[in-house]
Amino acid sequence: MSDDPLITPRAVHGRAPDVFHPGGWVPMKEYPLREPVDFVVIGTGAGGGPLIARLAEYGYSVIGFDAGPYFRPLEDFASDEASQSQLFWTDERLVDGANPLKMGANNSGRAVGGSTVHYAMVSLRFRPEWFRSRTLLGYGTDWPLDWREMWRYYVQAERDLSIAGPVSYPWGPKRPRYPYRAHEINGAAEVLARGAEAMGYKWAETPLATVSAPRGDSPSCVYRGFCRVGCSTNAKQSQLVTYIPRALAAGAEIRDLAMVGRIEVDAAGRACGVHYHRNGAWHFQAARNVIVAGYAIETPRLLLNSATDRFRDGLANSSGLVGRYLMTQSNQAVYGVMDEMVRWNKGPPSLTITEHWNYDDRKDFHGGYCWMAQGPLPVEWSAAMSGSRKLWGARLREKMADYNHQVGLKMVGEMLPHPDNRVSLANEKDRYGLPVARVTYSWHDNDKAMIQHALGEMQRSLELVGAKDIWRQENDTNHLAGTARMGNDRKSSVVNADCRSWDIPNLWICDGSVFPTTGGVNPSLTITAIALRTADRIQMLQQTGQLNF
Amino acid sequence: MTERNRYPGYDVLAKRHSLSWNDATRKVMDARLGVPREPRFLRQMEWDTLVAICERIIPQPQNRPPIPLAAYIDQKLQNDARNGFRNAALPPQREAWKKGLAAFEAEACLRYEHSFHNLKERQQDELLHRAETGQSDASVWSGMDASLFFSEHVMSDIIAAYYAHPTSWNEIGFGGPAGPRGYVRMQNGRRDPWEPVEAGPGDETRVRRENQRVR
Ligand SMILES: Cc1cc2nc3c(=O)[nH]c(=O)nc-3n(C[C@H](O)[C@H](O)[C@H](O)COP(=O)(O)OP(=O)(O)OC[C@H]3O[C@@H](n4cnc5c(N)ncnc54)[C@H](O)[C@@H]3O)c2cc1C
Ligand code: SF4
Repeated sequence: MSDDPLITPRAVHGRAPDVFHPGGWVPMKEYPLREPVDFVVIGTGAGGGPLIARLAEYGYSVIGFDAGPYFRPLEDFASDEASQSQLFWTDERLVDGANPLKMGANNSGRAVGGSTVHYAMVSLRFRPEWFRSRTLLGYGTDWPLDWREMWRYYVQAERDLSIAGPVSYPWGPKRPRYPYRAHEINGAAEVLARGAEAMGYKWAETPLATVSAPRGDSPSCVYRGFCRVGCSTNAKQSQLVTYIPRALAAGAEIRDLAMVGRIEVDAAGRACGVHYHRNGAWHFQAARNVIVAGYAIETPRLLLNSATDRFRDGLANSSGLVGRYLMTQSNQAVYGVMDEMVRWNKGPPSLTITEHWNYDDRKDFHGGYCWMAQGPLPVEWSAAMSGSRKLWGARLREKMADYNHQVGLKMVGEMLPHPDNRVSLANEKDRYGLPVARVTYSWHDNDKAMIQHALGEMQRSLELVGAKDIWRQENDTNHLAGTARMGNDRKSSVVNADCRSWDIPNLWICDGSVFPTTGGVNPSLTITAIALRTADRIQMLQQTGQLNF
Repeated sequence: MTERNRYPGYDVLAKRHSLSWNDATRKVMDARLGVPREPRFLRQMEWDTLVAICERIIPQPQNRPPIPLAAYIDQKLQNDARNGFRNAALPPQREAWKKGLAAFEAEACLRYEHSFHNLKERQQDELLHRAETGQSDASVWSGMDASLFFSEHVMSDIIAAYYAHPTSWNEIGFGGPAGPRGYVRMQNGRRDPWEPVEAGPGDETRVRRENQRVR
């Protein structure tokens, strides 16, 4: 049998890969198909990973499904952009709208550990007011969650992921010291710091989910800079090397290369299991609860693809909002060239940050944004130069030769929720015979105003440090959110604050798709904090007899 | 074409047996360097057009073996390796490339009465530029949006193939694979001994010698 994790499932026969040792294994509990488990979790990423671990630690029987492979980073990851596309969701998705999104490498992973296997590790908290942006800031919609409670779960997430960050963080309410010391900054990150100081703005070392000192089997980060295509040393604290091993140790089962195609609903209108494709055939796993954690494209796609006679518009969709209010984050950048050698690819790509415009409300648009230092690898960098600057031919090669002198600042900006930005089903089918997702996206006036503001600010910052040959990357977007928003009532949301669907009491959704607004920081830490909270709420509801299973 | 070599003597492949490479990296790089040089998916006519397009999108210097760009595109099509999204106005990748190559060839015949690969560089650039800016002859593109095809495939696929190849890393002074060793000297202007030195005008001989020691 092939040992290629992309072809043959590894988590079988009572064992799962030991991610810390080449060729190694750890024991894994296995559950029979016909006997219902307490929880099936679909997706093992930023949301699914912590849920599987916490529910198993509470003593529930849990199976985590992932369509992707189960990697051992030490033996499976090359230092190479092209071949590491093995981490991305590369099955077809159609994109349209006035500003079609770029998917694949840009925003979605497929692996045990989900997109955290290749994410850039930036681990930020929301500004407290964003949880009530409608009431306090006049835009978007309020969350059903209280920021003070979230603050507690952020602490837990930061501890679980050994976040390395500054001693005191300059923005927002007081928070405890980060568990690990901040990383040394590189030349490109120093340019951000100098530029921010010249503008009178604060800056900080970016809190990152990669360790600055050894932790268990994870060695310190060695600053190789390939983080966005997978960390081959295990310094990165992805779900694959943190929550998933915890989940296994607590008795959860992981099924890799297992694509869930449909959630089954019984005559009483309750979820009763999932149909999944593994080893070339369809199987059925019975379950008492189903939790969907497939991220903002696959989660709505699965709910829509699971339509029945009773739920004609898809599961959990009586509001008609499944797939709607998709949000991405603006990810425009300004780049320039320095006289000195910078070698911006050394170290994690975003070692410094300024959140100034997340906390300063003197602006003529809604929402906030931050910007971070950059260090793209050659293929990614050439895509920016050709895609945004429209360079090809001799000019492209000439400009690419400045690679080691290059610096850049990139925003992560809050795009506002809009019902017409959405995920729906296309007529085309994928390799499993399931309708593929159609992703429709258009920027609105507020989004455009913010982008122009940010580009102007980042440009000024680079000018102040003496960068030359400055240009703007106007068209990039990244992280996703929305499509199954949480809220306080069943008409205007898909799930409640506990990530429990309004329509089907034992169907839950717990990933980036529950965000009602997306904030001006990277989303993963918030997704993880929500998942930790959901696990606690499930335990509380069960103990007080409100779940009945 | 004469151009200044900014990193003379630097060869990222010399680090192959160093701690900057692991087994997984050696394996994928061997496969990359060993890509078959003949078309497997495309027909000869399509291949000839593609080779000519690649030479215009990334003209390569004469003093080293060229990166076989067309071979990587053909391999991508042969494996049907997709990017994970597709503009709804374009057909699937294989069909898009076949249609696009046929359209460039048809337009070359229509305008210049020659095959695309036999045109002068200036004429090829002219046709590429027309596609890029959406001024191509709609009749030969049979409904496909030429400028979308140009940005989503001609530019993206060819340029990504070029900068995934070690030869291009020598040219831009990229350190290349870096695991498990990583880097130590993070500040501006500092260099780890396994990174290349950039030559200023006049000090190429000294720099070449230093770069030959980079391991
Ligand atoms: C290059 C890149 C860099 C990023 N950098 C950062 C960063 O620095 N900081 C940050 O906060 N965020 C970052 N992000 C975003 C972050 O990775 C995501 O927001 C986050 O991982 C989403 O969590 P999730 O649990 O919703 O989904 P994911 O982590 O994407 O997990 C979803 C999982 O579900 C699986 N799945 C989906 N559908 C099915 C199905 N039907 N059956 C079985 N399995 C299924 C998928 O295979 C996948 O593994 C980055 C993303 C990318 C692409
Ligand atoms: S820089 Fe650090 S986190 Fe990034 S890939 Fe290297 S070791 Fe891993």
